[in-house]
This record gives sequence, C-alpha cells and structure tokens, in this order.
Amino acid sequence: MTEIEQHDFDVVVIGAGGAGLRAAIEVRELGKRTAVICKSLFGKAHTVMAEGGIAASMGNVNSRDSWQVHFRDTMRGGKFLNNWRMAELHAKEAPQRVWELETYGALFDRTKDGKISQRNFGGHEYPRLAHVGDRTGLELIRTLQQKIVSLQQEDFAQYGDYEANLKVFAECTITDLLKDGGAIAGAFGYWRETGRFVRFDAPAVILATGGIGKAFKVTSNSWEYTGDGHALALRCGAALINMEFMQFHPTGMVWPPSVKGILVTESVRGDGGVLRNSQQKRFMFDYIPEVFKGQYATSEQEADRWYDDPDNNRRPPELLPRDEVARAINSEVKAGRGSPHGGVFLDISTRLPAEVVKKRLPSMYHQFKELADVDITAEPMEVGPTCHYVMGGVEVDPDTAAASVPGLFAAGEVAGGMHGSNRLGGNSLSDLLVFGRRAGLGAAIYVDKLGARRPPVRVVDVEAAAQRVISPFRADTDEDGGENPYLLHQELQQTMNDLVGIIRRADEMELALKKLAQLRRRAEHVVVQGHRQFNPGWHLALDLRNMIAVSECVARAGLERTESRGGHTRDDYPVMDADWRHALLVCALDPDSVEGSVRVERKMQIPMRADLAGLFELDELKKYFTGDELPGGTD
Amino acid sequence: MGTQRRFRIWRGDTNAGDLVDFDVEVNDGEVVLDVIHRLQATQAPDLAVRWNCKAGKCGSCSAEINGRPRLLCMTRMSALPPHQPVTVTPMRTFPVIRDLVTDVSYNYQKAREIRAFMPPKGVQPGEYRMQQVDVERSQEFRKCIECFLCQNTCHVIRDHEENKAHFSGPRFLMRIAELDMHPLDAADEESVDRKRAAQDEHGLGFCNITKCCTEVCPEHIKITDNALIPMKERVVSLRFDPLARLLRRDRR
Repeated sequence: MTEIEQHDFDVVVIGAGGAGLRAAIEVRELGKRTAVICKSLFGKAHTVMAEGGIAASMGNVNSRDSWQVHFRDTMRGGKFLNNWRMAELHAKEAPQRVWELETYGALFDRTKDGKISQRNFGGHEYPRLAHVGDRTGLELIRTLQQKIVSLQQEDFAQYGDYEANLKVFAECTITDLLKDGGAIAGAFGYWRETGRFVRFDAPAVILATGGIGKAFKVTSNSWEYTGDGHALALRCGAALINMEFMQFHPTGMVWPPSVKGILVTESVRGDGGVLRNSQQKRFMFDYIPEVFKGQYATSEQEADRWYDDPDNNRRPPELLPRDEVARAINSEVKAGRGSPHGGVFLDISTRLPAEVVKKRLPSMYHQFKELADVDITAEPMEVGPTCHYVMGGVEVDPDTAAASVPGLFAAGEVAGGMHGSNRLGGNSLSDLLVFGRRAGLGAAIYVDKLGARRPPVRVVDVEAAAQRVISPFRADTDEDGGENPYLLHQELQQTMNDLVGIIRRADEMELALKKLAQLRRRAEHVVVQGHRQFNPGWHLALDLRNMIAVSECVARAGLERTESRGGHTRDDYPVMDADWRHALLVCALDPDSVEGSVRVERKMQIPMRADLAGLFELDELKKYFTGDELPGGTD
Repeated sequence: MGTQRRFRIWRGDTNAGDLVDFDVEVNDGEVVLDVIHRLQATQAPDLAVRWNCKAGKCGSCSAEINGRPRLLCMTRMSALPPHQPVTVTPMRTFPVIRDLVTDVSYNYQKAREIRAFMPPKGVQPGEYRMQQVDVERSQEFRKCIECFLCQNTCHVIRDHEENKAHFSGPRFLMRIAELDMHPLDAADEESVDRKRAAQDEHGLGFCNITKCCTEVCPEHIKITDNALIPMKERVVSLRFDPLARLLRRDRR
C-alpha cells in the first residue's frame, strides 16, 4: 500500500459545528494539540442554520427566570425521559457559556439596558433565548470560528506557526475509528478534494458530527447530516440511546416542492405568529394535551394578552413543545383542513407591522420572498412538519461526555439523553456549548491520565479501513452493473419518510426494517464512476452505510417502544405509558450478525435525585411517574 | 409537469476543462442547485459541486450562472431567461479544483491575518453592556455567510492574481470595519490601529468603490457604503489630520 498521510494529535474532534468548535477551544486552552476535522469548509457546519436562539436563564427580560425553571421546562419538554443530570448541568451552565461568547466577540441583540435580549420560545416559561434576529446559529458559528482563529494567532505569535496546536482539516471525512485493546487509538479518513487517505494517531476522539436528518426525505438538515458520528460510535462498540425519538419541527416550508422541508423558525410563533387551518381557525386550542392543561391559554383573548402581560395570562398554545404542534398540524391536514399545498397557515402579517417583521425575521422574509414568491409581511406562510433533530445518540457520562469506549467522547446532537423524548427549541445551541466544553475537558483529562501509555494504531486496521473506502470503485461483477448511490439514497429517504415518520405503526416499521436490510445488502454493491478527486457520488456511497445503520436503529427502537412520547408517536399505542418513562432503549451492533445489524436492549434510567424531583409539584410528577417512583412511594 | 432545459456546465480540473452540454428536466419552483442534483443522480454522478444547507444560509454553493456570481441554491430557474441555455461555471477568481469546486483557501488565509476581537480588560463575562443602536452597525456585517461572491467579483483580484498578496478583499476589509465598529473592542487599549492595518496591511487603498461587491451580496449587505467607505474616510482623516501627521513624524 502507498504511504498514507499521518498526523499525531492529543485530541481529534470530528465535526466543526458548535459542539466541535467549543470542544476544540477547551482542549486547546488546556494545552493539548488538537485537530478539528470537518466534512465541509470551515464555518459551514449545520449550526449555521439554527435560527431562533440560545436558551439560557440569564433573566435579562424576566428576572424570575432561573436554572431551576429552565431545568423544569427541559424535563417537561422531553416528557421526563431526559437524563436529568445532563438537563441539570445544561440549565446551570448555559448562561456562563453564552456570556463567554461575548468575550469572543459575539454581538447579540440587546435589551434597553444594554444586556443580551431574550425572546419567547415553545415550552420555555420565560423569554429565554439569546438571539441575533433569526440568524443566531450563524453568529454562534462565526464567533467560535473567530475564537479558533484568535487562538491560532496566539500560537503564531509564540511559535511562528498558526497551526502549531490547533489545526482545522476542512473537507476531510472520517470513515473509521481505530482502536487498540478496546481503547481509541486514532481515526482514518480521506480528503474530499483529492480522495487521498489520511490517518490520525490520537488517544482521544470527540464526536461532534450532528444528526441523521438526511436519512429522511423531508428534512431541514443539510447534506452533512448522514449520521456519521452515530455510525462511527456503533461500529467501534459504543451504544446509542433514545434513537426512536426524532423531532419533526412543526414548521417547514411545504411549497414549492424543491424547498419542501426548509425550516421556518419557531421565532415566528415566539414573536406572535399564529397557526390557522383552512377554515381560518386557530386550531392549537384544541390540541392542549392533558399534561400541559393549566399552563396554556384556553382562549384567543387570553393568548393575545399574554404577549404584553405574561404574569397574569397563560401562554398561547402555538408555543407548546414542538412534538405537540407537529402532531396537531399533521392531524389538521389529515382531517382535510390543510392549506392548498398540504400544510397549514402560519400568519405573522396580521400580527405585527411589516417593518417589525422585516427587522425581527429578516431571513424568513427573504427566504419566502426569494424561494416561494410569498411576502410574509402581507400574507400567511404555508408550513408543515419537517424532520429536524434526532434526540437519540451516543450514550455518554453526563459530566465528562465520555462514551463507554475509553477515549471516545460525544457532544451535541450526536450525544443522547439530554433532551429526552423531545428537545425544546433553543436548547440545542446551549447544549452544544455546555457539553462541547465538557467533552473538551473530559478528553483533556483522559489524555493526561493516560500519560505516555497511548494505544498504538495498528497498520492492519488502517489497511482494512482503506480497502473499505475504495471498495465502491471496484468493477462490480453483478449482472446489473451495480447500484447507483443517488437512487439508493432516495429509496432510503422515501422508506424512512413513509414508514418511520411522524406517526408510526408496528407493521410499517417491520416493513421498513425489511427494506433497510435489503438496502444494506444493495449498498454493498454500490458502484461509483470516475476517480477519487472531489467525487460526490463516491462520497455519498460512503455516507450511505452510515445512514442505513442509524435508520435501522430508529426503526428497531421505534418498534420496541410500545407507547407514544415526544418524538415517537404510534398510531397503535397512542398513549404515554409511565412504565416506559424510566426505560431507555440501547442500540448496539449485534455481535452475532455477520452483516452488521443492530440489536436493541432495555435499560433502566437512574431515578431522579430527590432535590431535583422536589422542584416539581407532586401533582405534575403524577402525570409522568409510576406510583413507585413518586417521592414517598405509592400513594 | 417538467420542461426540458439545456445546461452548459464547466467540467474539468486544474489541467483543462470545457463547457459540457446537458439536457435535463426542470420542474416548477426549482432552483439551479435542484437541477445540478438531478444531473448528478441521472447523468453525471461525479459532477463536483459544493453545497450544504440549500437554504441560502451557509454560503457554500457559490458559482457563476450565466456569468453572474450567485448562490446556486437561491437562484430560481424562473428568474433566468426561459429560452436560453443556462451556463454554470466555477468562481473565476479562485483556482479550480474540479468542475464547480474552487480552492478558496485564500479567504481563510486572509481571515487569519486580521487581529481577532480584543476583549475589554476588566469587564467580566456577563457584564458586557451595549446599546442596540451601537451593535447594529457591526451586526449588519456579521450577517455575512462567507460565500466569497464579493471576493470573486472584486476586480482588484478577479483577473489580478498579483494583487492577492496585498489585498484582503471586501469580505475581510468589512471584517476589519466590523471589529472597528464593535462597541467594546479594546484595540485602542492594546495600541492596535485597525484602520491603519486596513490601509497598510490589507490593501484598503486598492478599493475604488465600484460597489460590485455590494451588488452580488446575497445577504444584501451594503459592503461599500457602510463598511468600506466609512473606513476609507476615517483613514483619510487620520492621514490628513495635521496634528496626527506631526505626531507620526515625531515618532519616526
């Protein structure tokens, strides 16, 4: 085999979105040599698409807010399936992580007294989201990117080399993690530009690869969201939890077809937008679920008063958590009360003056104007659910972000647990920062403890990884000439959309698993044309096996969980079941399966610490907990 | 449903390349990137193109459509002349890697050469206070999605490779303006003069305000009027301020 480019680092961070960059900053500031590897150009990660804001209980707009209230909202949003320790750390540390961004140069929108402004969002009791118009993700990614540059400038001043301690490998894809004796030894990948291989020797790897949305047809996610980190973790022996929970954002564009799925920010509703059906009815009042009764307004008058007087009125039901709103829209459309293109109407034009809309929601204004010929300051938008976020991910230790494989860490969307069965809007960007930092810290400590005993990379593993990567180029011997990666991808997306989508049934998920098994076999016969230099067909062929693996996790765990909760809704088991609340479904590679199938096992959650449970009224806990779990036992 | 359209796409690499014709179906409401994806799936699986979000937010899919610098994902087919072929070529200012993908590393080098934000000493995290009206000027520039279309269109470097070493381009001159207008940037305390750096190190003087950059900006940032011209004015006032000149001479 020809010589392979090789690099030595203390920590390799895979992914350059919010979690990856925040992790890299932490690792580098702790004096470790750090590599950041990303599939795209630096600064293009999916984080850039986040619109609404970063949730943090700074209390700048309503001083009643606190970490305890944020914690409560997060647990409610996730229907109490969340890893409560992660939710606690997240709520406590989010304000510090946001304030820290200002020391990197971030410029958030301000309150009148010069503090960071905070906006309302679904499921958050108080205005809590730090924001910059509707382009908060861009601000976050650019700020972190510029902080990385600033650290590189420090290194340049000291060593004459910008990349002495922190190097970004852009347009580089990791295809395998390398281990020795059960612990992480490095990573193997290829440069997208040249197709050449590259090997990283490093005792710690932080996965920060984001989500899996590209396995679905209608999605708000970018091409990078192919579940790479989830699949890398699976293949190197780590476990994934909560994979059955997919968040369908209630408001994606529905027309024209080519833009179907593109996100319409929740800020539209946070800033006063309302949902109506074809009969012009604000239908969300009909969909307030039992667990949230009492917390939401029951009349339009009360809901409208809330914007100016939140202390004496309850919030509008348009601001229920995303899973509730998405299901409601789905039901309205199914009942024949949808908009012309199969969505419902989201209207801000009759709620705010045109100039205010343009100022608060500039990207939405342009997005609809340029892609759909719709002026949102004058007419309603048509919106419908779009696959947006995977709650499931690598099972990690809450404090250190460590996975079960020594040397492996995960943060952000690729990690599971924090959001339970449904994530609140705004809790993702804060998650990235809080657990990105913690993963960096965890990895640095791990490397220190390891000292000089670093697991070596085995040449035989590198050669096997290289073989796997070039296999799609082999002249296929099949009579049909091999499979087209683009068509396989389309079939996968259609399968997941139709059979494991927003509303699920046992027979459909069983069918999906059959189709996925076929797709997995067919994907082994993918053949790509051309050569290795910047070849998108080849790149997709390699991403496909990751998407198929994570899709199988979603379907298998979905079939197993016989209840409806958060981002997992079953037609055949429509009720939330307290006996399922403390159960986690853990996906791992099946050691008995030759073709790399996954198996699912049940695991009990650790009961919530008493002081945290004490933050809730007993009556509320009764809605979620079994009698045995309630403080004081059965009542 | 769909109509047949002719696409002429530049295909090639660092060595050579040419326009290649494709006939392809186009449907109602589609953007140019949709059609490129259809070509990949049906006729040219190895056609190289950068893209990420397909929603005009990441700035990856920059190219030239009928000679005009644009985002492939935000250019609707209905906005192009209906009876002519659609010509798609890579950005001209940057070296081609393959097909529509160019080497944009120039931009990342320039980004690295601008002194980072300098946090004010003694102000703790959480204690930053700024008025909305004061942050808005820099916020406009921070809308930049780094598509590099302004860099691509700027005639200082578009056909003048030799200027690249001395000129950072509109995107990064605007970055300096953004930092210079940041209400809490402590460059002054650190004796860093951002305006002078713009002039002396980043080639602000090359810009002769033809506003081509502003015209192609998909975020509609007024790069020339709000970033470059005000900075030029301040540089000029520094240069011609008699007192400043005296001080400069004294320092020599």
